[in-house]
Amino acid sequence: MTELGYFRVDAPIPLAEIPSMSAEALEDAVVEAIAGGSRVASLFARPSADESLQVLAVLADPDTGMVATGSAEASQRWRSWMPKVPQVHLFEREMAEEYELELEGHPWPKPVRFLAGKGARVGVTDFHRVEGDDIHEVAVGPVHAGVIEPGHFRFQCHGETVFLLDIALGYQHRGLEKALLGQPGWRSVCLAETIAGDSSIAHATAHAQLVESLCGIEVPLQAQALRAMALELERLANHTGDLGALAGDVGYLPTASFCGRLRGDLLNLSAALCGSRFGRGLLRLGGVGHDVDAALAADISARLGRLEKELRDAIGLLWETPSVRARFDETSVLTPQDASSLGLVGPAARSTGLAVDARLDFPCGHYSRHPIDISTCAAGSVYARAWVRWQELERSIAYVQQLLQSLPGGPIVAAVGAERAVESLAVGVAEGWRGEVWHLAVTDEEGALSRYDVVDPSFHNWSGLAVAMRGQAISDFPLTNKSFNLSYCGFDL
Amino acid sequence: MSMLQHLLVRLRQGHKTQAYPKSLPPLPPRLRGLPVLDPSACSLECDDCVRACPSAALSLGEQAGAGRLNLDLGRCVFCGACEQACPQGCIHFSGNHQLASSTREALCVDSRVQRLEVELEQEMRRLFGRALKLRQVSAGGCNACEADINVLTTIGWDLGRFGIDVVASPRHADGLIVTGPVTENMREALLETYAATPSPKLVIAVGACAISGGLFAGHEEAHDGVGAFLPVDLYIPGCPPHPLTILDGLLRLLGRLPA
Repeated sequence: MTELGYFRVDAPIPLAEIPSMSAEALEDAVVEAIAGGSRVASLFARPSADESLQVLAVLADPDTGMVATGSAEASQRWRSWMPKVPQVHLFEREMAEEYELELEGHPWPKPVRFLAGKGARVGVTDFHRVEGDDIHEVAVGPVHAGVIEPGHFRFQCHGETVFLLDIALGYQHRGLEKALLGQPGWRSVCLAETIAGDSSIAHATAHAQLVESLCGIEVPLQAQALRAMALELERLANHTGDLGALAGDVGYLPTASFCGRLRGDLLNLSAALCGSRFGRGLLRLGGVGHDVDAALAADISARLGRLEKELRDAIGLLWETPSVRARFDETSVLTPQDASSLGLVGPAARSTGLAVDARLDFPCGHYSRHPIDISTCAAGSVYARAWVRWQELERSIAYVQQLLQSLPGGPIVAAVGAERAVESLAVGVAEGWRGEVWHLAVTDEEGALSRYDVVDPSFHNWSGLAVAMRGQAISDFPLTNKSFNLSYCGFDL
Repeated sequence: MSMLQHLLVRLRQGHKTQAYPKSLPPLPPRLRGLPVLDPSACSLECDDCVRACPSAALSLGEQAGAGRLNLDLGRCVFCGACEQACPQGCIHFSGNHQLASSTREALCVDSRVQRLEVELEQEMRRLFGRALKLRQVSAGGCNACEADINVLTTIGWDLGRFGIDVVASPRHADGLIVTGPVTENMREALLETYAATPSPKLVIAVGACAISGGLFAGHEEAHDGVGAFLPVDLYIPGCPPHPLTILDGLLRLLGRLPA
């Protein structure tokens, strides 16, 4: 077989039905699928029965709303696909690091997370170097100047101009994927909520969908609606925080200070829903743990209505203020070609004009019956990344208001049995505020999770930040970085 | 855009800094704060709560009575699983936001604990009581604790009015506010940041991860919290703690709230 198999995202895929082929044939099939508009959701390895490795390629195909998969065997060596499929570059490095594969033909076969016990020391690796007179190197981190997670950035500069930015992460590595193995349950949901704390709902949703698909469970409509509402509230709070922080980074304090407060008020809506400002404790396998009655729906709706007016005021100032536009417009432009070849997702991709959004491409739960308009902007700049967030704020508010008017009612959780599809691959996908969150798992002969793979949107998008900085002034790095606002722990896992 | 427009927006946004500590800000009714334990109806045959807990925060004494139910608030992620699992209603998460403690031991509570105490020696309070500069270090934090520390610096909370600030350099700091279980990959950076902070200095552990490793306790990739490496002056439980819980802890540490 040399063709990929196409499968639905909401049902388990028996491992026996995944086409197996040579690594070369799989590469060709992946190249062809990407040319046809698919993107790499994940490429990961797992030890197979005979001690060799099985490499699984899982592509997201937006045209059919399905995943395309194929597998190949690997042992000791892996010839890189990167020359033909740049977006696999980190997946291949990840595989090589986890399973000590030798990467052939990869331009930078470096560690991704500096895993304990693999002999690497975090941050000590080959960095890109530009040689020549007047070239200087700027190293930043892991501990940064703000209340922010750790990571290390190396800039190769000529004067103010950045030639290259190399990003080394791994400082936050907590062994998360390993902890998700075995029997899913309350603990695995709690763990999923901490993959990236600001995306608790997105990750918990992807995890729950994956397990529910393995169990063959239909989530009650009311629970689907509340999950969608929580996901949009998460988007609202984070986009508001980002727009405020972008204003702060260009020294425009009115929006910075208004949005700082408004973000908190939006987090409080999540707390009204489930007691936690980050949505902790809302998701359950099979549904949600907290209901919304008519009184609470009316309260949230009224508060959101007031916040919408205040957001419109606070953020509207940005677009009309020349000193802000001078810093946002045409800064750190990313082309749709680069975004697409790097496999970028979320607002970072949509702000180059690419219509990439899991809510549209792989609608699950409430979104499958109630589509949401997605937002794009072609400029690719800091301005575009800000503008897409504002558009999404408006649309998410409208979506939540509509949802609150028409909550279906009924049960909020379905019973989850211990029976799960055996020897299968299952996926869960959700469009978090940073972009697509993919969870993938393989079950053993008893239905226990024997391999778990988390792909946070930041895994793709850090490379986008590095490319967007090329040729920019180093003084624009904080602004550009904020315009992506990526997760460290979601990447480091 | 005219200056008039800016002023109009400013006017409409209004004054948003909370009156706290004069009065408490409204807290969400579903907030899970200090758990109230009442083991009087607890059955000695049942261990549903222990099995439900995702972070091994609960343990059961062998005898009935006050010591039957034991909860380590330093490990608790406040998910409410035990409350739901208990068939007798012995566990209830109250809306009490005051969770901070100056000792690790005091976080291990049973039904007799009403209130957690925060203390600091007089000389440290004299030094830092009116101006405290903190350097934040995330050592494997998931960005939830970090975000709710950050929110204290916004106009809603205005941490600066208490003389407390988060600063960019450890050289300018009077202490560290640490989040995360201390990953092996952040251990060295954390210790170097601590060494770069001039003495005398404070260490504040925020969140279940920083206090005990939380959900990551026992992982070979992490170190079960900051206490393994540094002397901790204040523990603030939660996953993440509510901003009011963090602020309450800081203010009580400095003796800035009435007892």
